[in-house]
Amino acid sequence: MSDSRAVYLDHQATTPVDPRVLEAMLPFFKERFGNAASRSHAFGWTAEKAVDAARARIAAGIGADEREIVFTSGATESNNLAILGAARMYKDKGRHLITCATEHKAVLDPMKYLEHEGWEVTVMGVDAKGHLDLEALAAAIRPDTVLVSIMHGNNEIGTLHPVAAIGALCKSRGVLFHTDATQSLGKEEIDVETMGIDLLSASAHKIYGPKGVGILYVRRRNPRVRLEPLMHGGGHERGLRSGTLNVPGIVGFARAAELCLENRAAEQAAIGALRDRMQARFLKDLTHVHVNGDPQSRLACNLNVSFEFVEGEALLMGIDGVAVSSGSACTSASLEPSYVLRALGVGDELAHSSIRFSLGRFTTADEVDYAAGRTVEAVKRLREMSPLYEMALEGVDLKTVQWTGH
Amino acid sequence: MVYSDKVVEHYNHPRNVGSLDKSSADVGTGVVGAPECGDVMKLQIQVKDGVIVDAKFKTFGCGSAIASSSLATEWLKGRTIEDAEKIRNVDIVEELALPPVKIHCSVLAEDAIRSALEDWRRKQDSNPS
Repeated sequence: MSDSRAVYLDHQATTPVDPRVLEAMLPFFKERFGNAASRSHAFGWTAEKAVDAARARIAAGIGADEREIVFTSGATESNNLAILGAARMYKDKGRHLITCATEHKAVLDPMKYLEHEGWEVTVMGVDAKGHLDLEALAAAIRPDTVLVSIMHGNNEIGTLHPVAAIGALCKSRGVLFHTDATQSLGKEEIDVETMGIDLLSASAHKIYGPKGVGILYVRRRNPRVRLEPLMHGGGHERGLRSGTLNVPGIVGFARAAELCLENRAAEQAAIGALRDRMQARFLKDLTHVHVNGDPQSRLACNLNVSFEFVEGEALLMGIDGVAVSSGSACTSASLEPSYVLRALGVGDELAHSSIRFSLGRFTTADEVDYAAGRTVEAVKRLREMSPLYEMALEGVDLKTVQWTGH
Repeated sequence: MVYSDKVVEHYNHPRNVGSLDKSSADVGTGVVGAPECGDVMKLQIQVKDGVIVDAKFKTFGCGSAIASSSLATEWLKGRTIEDAEKIRNVDIVEELALPPVKIHCSVLAEDAIRSALEDWRRKQDSNPS
């Protein structure tokens, strides 16, 4: 325990800025500091040119037109703008929205907010691997449905939704389709045309770019999507998002996206191989290990595991120096275990025992081996002091025990 | 979560981890909490002539829950039954400097102590020596 090397395996929370991204950004803090909205001098023109180039690069990466990219402060704002903006703009068409139980709070909470304003929200359940039933989704769409919001890759379990199939379904029913692609941009292939996406949210800091900058893709043709803005002011971003543009952030976002796309397939394959190595180690060295999510259709970086009979926060404490996340209630502000794992029917006791490892561009095999070794060691130690493990070894079925909940 | 040095110390070097023979007449066992709540404590005491001569625990829970039960066993050993009943959760909170969000861990430890004492007492009533 004296040994506590720092290993970062929480890339689905955030990523370090790639040095090449930082390098691209720096001039826009220094000599090229202009406001992209200043039309009267070269400082402004330089900034505007940089923003335009960034917009074009990001648009190209998802098969969009540059006029379809709105810069925001991050994916939370993008999700809010997409959901609140579309719901309010199309309120005369209807007041029904559809989403999924495993979405990020930045999608679920704006939906909940709209419920208070009189909208009706259908929340689709998922199966044990985190997939929703497409037939059930089709059945949930009504004449008054305005928007379907289903994420691409899940932030906790990594499960990938069949975005193209959902897009096609929405198109055929004349319903707008928003996808939160925060976890998948730069990792999975995204083409807004072939996938039938009308609105797409993403963020720079998940792809080795800076924090505080995001995009919302807003379709301009077939159909032209209109949104009511959240921010009112100078009319930036074609009136959809007023506020001085974060020029260095935008330049950084574009460079980060470019670097991901350059080498996407190979990078994801390498990260996936390390993830598989870690998963195999857990399954080999430990019993009672449950991999949460879909082992096949999953983001390459994600490994969400429940180590039965061991509480997640205690495990985090035992692997100090290794940065990961837990679905344990003890690690959340709400004191509830992960709602995503609950939606999968994982069961609260296993949700309390879950750890999310998320690997990244700079993760090495050595780091993975070290973190896996520390984890295995800590799980074994904690199981030695776990009354649940003792009972399981004695053959007691924990489900039949009368617990004294508190 | 930032832990106090004492919590970390108990977590790294828990005292009295293990089990006593729960069928023994001089052993009292308390199991409190629930797996779906994220913590289960098993606390056992062995009593001779009204004095707790041994105490053991096993805990499924966060570091503060492990530290609370570890500390409880440390405090129980050598105490009389009467003195053991005087241990309050606030004493554990104070000793371990538990933050408000972890107070339930100390409550659970107090519950575990009471439950073990009750179990022991029940055995004495049904098997008068």
